[in-house]
Amino acid sequence: MAEATTTFWERLGLRKASGVGEAGWGQTLFAAIISLIYFLPVLLIIVTSFKLQTEALAVPPKFFPTSFFGLIPDQYVFSPTLENFTSVFSRAYTAGAAAESTGFDRFFFNSIFIASTSVLLALVIGTLAAYGFSRYPLRGNDTYLFIILTTRMLPAIVVIIPVILMFRVAGLAGSYPGIIFLYTAFNLPFTIWMMKSFFDELSPDVEDAARIDGSSETRVFFKICLPQVLAGLAATFVFGLILTWNEFLFALLLTGVDTRTVPVALNQAVAGGGIGVLWGLLAAIETLFLIPVFLVTFFLQNQLLRGVTFGTVKR
Amino acid sequence: MSTIEARKITKKFGDFVAVKDADLSVAAGEVVCLLGPSGCGKTTTLRMIAGLERVTSGDIIIAGKRMNELAPEKRDIAMVFQFYALYPALNVGENIAMPLHYEKISKPERDRRVKRVADILHLTDVLDRMPGQVSEGEKQRIAVARAIVREPNCFLFDEPLSRLDVELRHSMRGQIKEVLAGLSKATVIVTHDQLEALTMADRIAIMRDGIIEQIGTPHQVFTKPANVFVASFIGTPQMNLVRGKFEGMSDGKATIQFGGEKVELGVNPAVAKLKPSQVTLGIRPRAFTPVDHSAKDTIVAAAELIEPMGAETLVHARTPDNSDIRVVVPRDVKFKIGEKLHLRADPSQTHIFGEDGKAVRA
Repeated sequence: MAEATTTFWERLGLRKASGVGEAGWGQTLFAAIISLIYFLPVLLIIVTSFKLQTEALAVPPKFFPTSFFGLIPDQYVFSPTLENFTSVFSRAYTAGAAAESTGFDRFFFNSIFIASTSVLLALVIGTLAAYGFSRYPLRGNDTYLFIILTTRMLPAIVVIIPVILMFRVAGLAGSYPGIIFLYTAFNLPFTIWMMKSFFDELSPDVEDAARIDGSSETRVFFKICLPQVLAGLAATFVFGLILTWNEFLFALLLTGVDTRTVPVALNQAVAGGGIGVLWGLLAAIETLFLIPVFLVTFFLQNQLLRGVTFGTVKR
Repeated sequence: MSTIEARKITKKFGDFVAVKDADLSVAAGEVVCLLGPSGCGKTTTLRMIAGLERVTSGDIIIAGKRMNELAPEKRDIAMVFQFYALYPALNVGENIAMPLHYEKISKPERDRRVKRVADILHLTDVLDRMPGQVSEGEKQRIAVARAIVREPNCFLFDEPLSRLDVELRHSMRGQIKEVLAGLSKATVIVTHDQLEALTMADRIAIMRDGIIEQIGTPHQVFTKPANVFVASFIGTPQMNLVRGKFEGMSDGKATIQFGGEKVELGVNPAVAKLKPSQVTLGIRPRAFTPVDHSAKDTIVAAAELIEPMGAETLVHARTPDNSDIRVVVPRDVKFKIGEKLHLRADPSQTHIFGEDGKAVRA
């Protein structure tokens, strides 16, 4: 970019004439296209959730819920319906029979309850542990941190068998405490490592100043350190939540009928029909499944952005 | 009484000795500067006084009480940090009021005190802002305000001005000095800037490699440096330090040989006791007077580089034995590059350091 004259890319709006400032229209468009490609699978699921089975299977796919006053040819237009969403919670399993509850209200509750409890629990324990690792290092601190991480170095499928055996013996299989306990442990390594890096970034001078100004160690942690890592807490919470929310394998093998989470139930709802995959229903479950994480991420996104970019910029 | 005493304090980090047997006492109302290059242990010394580091051995006595085992919050001190250490989540007013919270002072009284120090330090307009929204100079003043809002036993400053630009530093130096003078508490200031130390301190402690090399008034450390290190550290431009051989003394004049030439210099009478040996000759750049012709007591050197500094001119010159010396002359004294200078040194400002590096002085 040594040249002062406008280049080809600049004229296209794909490169800015100066180093800083707002992005050109070309760059914005480019970013929008890339984002759309990323978002396309999700969009497809959301659109499909409003389709009947025949429309869901139509080739070429029907993309548009309306013809936009005749602008879109009829073959690409479907007629939106909410039927899939009602059948998520109750539907007739055989034609003509009375609708029964599918139990999905319970599964959604389970997912929300189990994921949020275990992620919050991991956040509380992990933050305290991370503060300890950061501020009061043990002899061989790094070894401990490494050992904590080793539990996440193997694929879940490898550790699942001993875990199942342990749960059997402890009588935890199929219970809420069992799966919450497991997910808490599952989230802890990540939480500790993330939060430790946030605490490491803080200026120790501020804590020393608080000590001199009369704070006890407890106050230093709660009043001085914790407010400074809120963004980190938010980021860790969201990442942990997404991981736990979507976790399938442990949930499949360690939850019972009452404690089943949505990913497991989703699999069974789709596979158990015997009449092929009900794409509309599947998409509706997935769409509903997206909403909680979507909302949490949306409300925390400012914190999240600050969280993930933390430490990358020198203050 | 607000006093600080450090008795033979030592700090080891593993095998590394950061501070060794440091003795320091600060009287009420006295300002002592710890001065030294980075890594010399001055900040560690300050942190030991504050209680942020434990002493490995020795005693810290504040206001007559031994404080070794007491946590910082129990020592009743105030400290200003190099990077200000403002509480990011609190606004300026709350930052200043923070030390008062722990003293359980009523809200109206707290507000009154915050307002008072804000007035002194011109912070009234920014009390509602967050630390991230104020200028560097304001941050510095907030840190000072937070320290003086209480009436602690003593004040500790860690490089308080190092982050300010030159102009601001100049004015803050005056302001802090003024504020401290009104408080009459024992104060320790850590700095690596000798100008800061010379202007603000009642006494200066010069540190190197964890050892306090000399403690004295700014005048003492400048005019009577205890050793070669202090001599080279204090004063700008740096003191000229030239190795030579001391051969003897007669009529109050020492014969010193360097670079094959002998000069007879007026020196401190105590030098007479010295046996002929290698010495270091120390003469400040401003202690030279250029004379017209060579004499027994003049040093000869050729001008190599001439730097006008406004009121004065700094001349870098080379002696026949290839030592560089710096000479400061009034601006109306003109030299040409390559010209031979005959320099006569003021005997009262000519220092002789023995082989151990210590000044030979009565």
